[in-house]
Parts: sequence; C-alpha cells; structure tokens
Amino acid sequence: MVDELFTISTLIGILHSCVRLATPYLFAALGETFGQRSGVLNLGVDGMMLMGAFFGFYVVFEGHNLWVGVLAAVVIGVLMGLLKAFVSVTMQSLQGISGIGLYLFGLGLSSLLFKTMIGSVEGVSGFQQLAIPILSEIPGIGHILFNHNALVYLAYLLVPVSWFVVNRTTLGLKIRAVGHNPEAADTLGVSVNGVRYTTLMIGGALAAVGGASLSIGLQNVFQENMTNGLGFIAVALVYFGSWRTVGVLSGALLFSLVNALQLWVQALAIPVPSEIAVMMPYIMTIVVLAFTARQIQKPAALARSYERGE
Amino acid sequence: MLRRIISIMLIFLLLLAGCGRSDDDAEGESVGGEGAPFRIAIVMPSSTTDIAWSQSMFDSLKAVQVEMGGESAMEIAFSEGMFRVTDASAAIRDYASEGFDLVIAHGAQYGNSVFEIASDFEETSFAWGTSSDTGKERGIQNVFAYGAAANEGGYANGVVAAMLSKKNVIGVIGPVAGDAKLYIDGFVRGVTDIKPEAQVNISYTGSFSDTTLAAEAAHVHIQAGADVLTGSAQQVVGAIGVANESGVAWLGTQSDQISLGPDVVVTNQIYNWANVIADIVAKVEAGELGGTAYKLTFANDGLRLEFNENIDIDDEVKEAARSAIENIKSGEVEPVLLEDDEE
Repeated sequence: MVDELFTISTLIGILHSCVRLATPYLFAALGETFGQRSGVLNLGVDGMMLMGAFFGFYVVFEGHNLWVGVLAAVVIGVLMGLLKAFVSVTMQSLQGISGIGLYLFGLGLSSLLFKTMIGSVEGVSGFQQLAIPILSEIPGIGHILFNHNALVYLAYLLVPVSWFVVNRTTLGLKIRAVGHNPEAADTLGVSVNGVRYTTLMIGGALAAVGGASLSIGLQNVFQENMTNGLGFIAVALVYFGSWRTVGVLSGALLFSLVNALQLWVQALAIPVPSEIAVMMPYIMTIVVLAFTARQIQKPAALARSYERGE
Repeated sequence: MLRRIISIMLIFLLLLAGCGRSDDDAEGESVGGEGAPFRIAIVMPSSTTDIAWSQSMFDSLKAVQVEMGGESAMEIAFSEGMFRVTDASAAIRDYASEGFDLVIAHGAQYGNSVFEIASDFEETSFAWGTSSDTGKERGIQNVFAYGAAANEGGYANGVVAAMLSKKNVIGVIGPVAGDAKLYIDGFVRGVTDIKPEAQVNISYTGSFSDTTLAAEAAHVHIQAGADVLTGSAQQVVGAIGVANESGVAWLGTQSDQISLGPDVVVTNQIYNWANVIADIVAKVEAGELGGTAYKLTFANDGLRLEFNENIDIDDEVKEAARSAIENIKSGEVEPVLLEDDEE
C-alpha cells in the first residue's frame, strides 16, 4: 500500500491537491501581509473571509455572473477593511481584540444573512476547471499547475503582484516605512493613517475573495462558518513567511502539501492512524516555525497604533 | 480618553453583533401563547441548516410542532453552533431555569452536563443523544436518551454503493475517527456483502465542520479511482459540492442532501426523530420525566432510505436496497460492527 503513494500518478495527485488547497490561504495571507507590513495586525481575517464567501455566493445564487460574485466579495471586503481601520487606526483600539471582534462580527453576520436571505444549504455552479491550452498538456507539471479554476490562478498571480507592490512601488515604500517607523514616515509627509487604511482595505478585499474562492470556486456551497478558522491559519502563515510574499507562498504550499499528503495517505488506506494524519500539517508548521523564527524581519511598529506627537 | 471609551464601545458592539445570532433566532420563537404550550428547548453543536445531525432533529421538532397544532401548542427555542461544551452547558442550565418542559442536548459530548444539571432541576425533563444512558442506575429519573442505528442505513447505502460502482472503488469521508464509526462500519459491511472485491477507502478530516478539507478529500478519493462517495457530519457540504461538479454519485446520511447535488445524490438515510419526540412529549405530559432510551431503526420507522426521484436509478439497485432493509428488519441480516466494540 505504501508503494502506491510513490507512484507517479499519486505524486501528481498530491501536488495538484496541494496547489488547489493553498488558494484560500494565499488570498487571505497575502492580504494580511499588506496590513502587517504597515503595522496593523488583523485577527479578523476569518470573519472577512466568511463575509466574502457569503456575498460572493449570494450574488451567484441570485443568478449573476461569477465575476460579479467576486466583485461583490471585493466590495464587502473593502467595507470590512474600512471598519477594521476605523476601529484600530482612527479609534486606536487594541488591534488584537478588535480583530477578534471583527471575526465574531463576520461570523455572526454572515450566518444571520445566510439564514434570512437563503435559509438552507444550496449549491451553485461555480468556477469550472479551466485547463490552460498547451501548458496543461505538459506531462505532470501541466496537470499540477495548469488545470485549475480561475480563482486558483488568480491567487498565484497575486504573489508576484504583491511582491512588486510591496518592494518596487512608492506605495510599497510607504507601507514599509509606516510599518517600521511611523514617526519618521510622518515627518516625511507620509499619511500614516492613510496608508494603514489602504492596506487594511486591500487586505479585506483579498481575504473576502479568499472566502469566495471557497463558496464559488472550490466547494460551490455556502455554509455557516465554512472557513472553519482558515483565516487564523492565514495570519499564522504571515509570521511563518517572515512578512515576505515568497515566504507566505512557501508557507501556504508547505501547509497544503502536508494536508494533501495526509488525505492521500488515508484514501490509499496506508496504515497511519487518522488522528496522526490530520495532525501532520500542524506539527510540520510548528517544526518549521521553530527553525525559521530567528530570521524574522518583523515590522517594528506591528500592532502599535500611531498618534502624532505621542 | 473619549476616544478610548468610544473604541471600547465599538468593540463591544462588534462582539455583541457577532454573538447575537442564536438569541435573535430564539427570541422570535420563545414568546409563549395563551394556552400554555409545551415548551421545548434544544442545544445543538452545529446549525439548524447543517443538512446533517442538527437539522435532522430540528426538522423533526418542526414536524411535531405542526402536528401538535403550531406554535400555540408547542414552543421551540434553540441554541445552535454550541460546539463548545462549556457554552452548551450554560445554555442547557439557562433553559432549565427558564422553566422549559423539555430540554434537549443534541450531542453525545453534552452527557456530563446533562446529568449534572438534571439533578439540579428534577421537575424538568431532559433528553440527550447519541446515547442509551438515561442515568437510571445513578438514581436520575428525568433524563431520556436517544440514538440512531446508523449502521442499518449505512448497510443499505453500502449495498447501493456496491451496485452503483463500476470501478469497485468507493470513498468514505468521515469527520473524527470514532464518531461516524457506526455508519461507516455498516456501510463497509453492506459493500462487502454484495461485492467482496470492492475497495472502500476511508478518510477522516479530523473535524466536523472543515468543509474545505472534506471537499479536498472528495477530490482525492475521485482521483484515487472512487466513483461512489459517502460521508457524514456537516462538513460534507463541501464534498457534495465536489461530487456534484465531478458527476460522481453521493450517498447521504442523517438529512436530505438532494438540494446540494440534485443530479448526484442517489440516496439519503434520513433520521426521523418525530416519533421519539412525540413519545417523550406524551410521557412528560403524563408525568413521566425520563428513564426511556430510544433508538431509530428501519423497523420503528425512525430510519428511512429515500431515493432521489429525479435521477434514473436501476430497479435492480432499488430492489437490492429494499431487500437489504427488509432483511435488516426481519433480523436476517445484522449490520453489526466489523470490530466488536461500541460506537
């Protein structure tokens, strides 16, 4: 049975699962990276994802185009980001606690809206598998990388885009400056609050699209609390990736790889107790965190609110 | 200072909005009518629309309510999403102290809380499941217990799976190892009784509610060759979504799951608690507050196997399922556990 795990088709299957599983984590963790690089910790990611998952689903359920669903998620994500920014940036409340509040708000409101606007668990026709011509024909790699739905591609495209924005644009420079030394950035005429509002809105939009990638991409249903804490893992992935987009990508892939592996181990009836199997991704995460923690380049002003003249 | 106060208030509002949902729902229901309705409160681990365990009970409660004459005859208050036992325990105690006639704790994990609270409220009747323990031996008089012989429907679904599968590979997606054991053991037995050569791959997600992992597990089973899938707990919505998209047959359990996969959900084992609830209500009204353990079976009509009317299913398959159910009822087939231990 163990031999089955090492056949080419199984390995391709595991990697294909890994690429797909990483999608929601990537959206949410890349979004969170923007916020944290500018010095705001947002623990409300999961709530934002749930709101995005619901609105994306609802719009499609009502018969609109899938991309309109994604747009709806973006809008609600931006609004959630604004709310978070108002509470933690303008009102300067503790970032951790207000994030938990936002999470509970998103969890409760998405459930309530679901109950009142839809009522029962329904399915929709979500984003279909979109094999990219020619590339998907490449043996092995083609199926692993180029045989997914559109939102999966979008998530991976966002990795270089985010890297570029953070490292090669004026906005990125401002984000990094505000995250490291808001006082200095302020004296240079950078609007600290303005930058933080922007990053939180970007983060909200990405988290919400991550939620929609579940409800109209990977599962095509909405259920209360369907993210099941995925947003919190996304926050952990930002630490895991040392606030770098490539680090976040590796973290998301590693976590998903071990998850895909354990699903295959179980499905192929390889005699590993399922309790051990489901623990594997988390154990792996802790081990890697333990070994990479020293390279951390934490934004110096993370989780600190900024007030001029303090 | 003002800013701090406003921000604390904002956080409080956010928290309140987040937690408010169960109260909201219960409030509308809990206004009593004039004719002193029979008052039932229920605490559930997942949502009333989970198309699984919690919904099966909630739908049955609603059915009994209609039969008894609506809200004026029977009042239902509920708390859903009570996955944390401490929260559930507080809710159960609240309902008991609010004078409900019957408080249902719909989860095996609530057992300890129920017995503890039941001894403090001897005038209130309690019911809990999955269990057969009413606490009689410990001198507790006011607790009912209930459960479902999920292995029976599991067996029937297994027979259907074996008949439907062309590749002889069948995938099962369980929540936490042990929880769905009864159903899965019955299922495996049903498959192997019809097709000893068929391979049943079982995977657990380690969670009741991780729809993402359940969806991926469905993908994995399909890629590993499965052409029929089943699974249990509220997490299965993700898996059914994948089965639907891939056109792979799905066999449901606990509640009706056809709405999620109109073209792929072939059968559902339905838990019908209505008779159990009606019987408990009658007993409580007659002054008997506990002591009975109920079990849903095919024989007592607590379990039903329903075929999806919209799919063209071979009569042969339906016939095989029907005769399996008849054999279970008559005791000819015993969909016993493969290993000799409890659920």
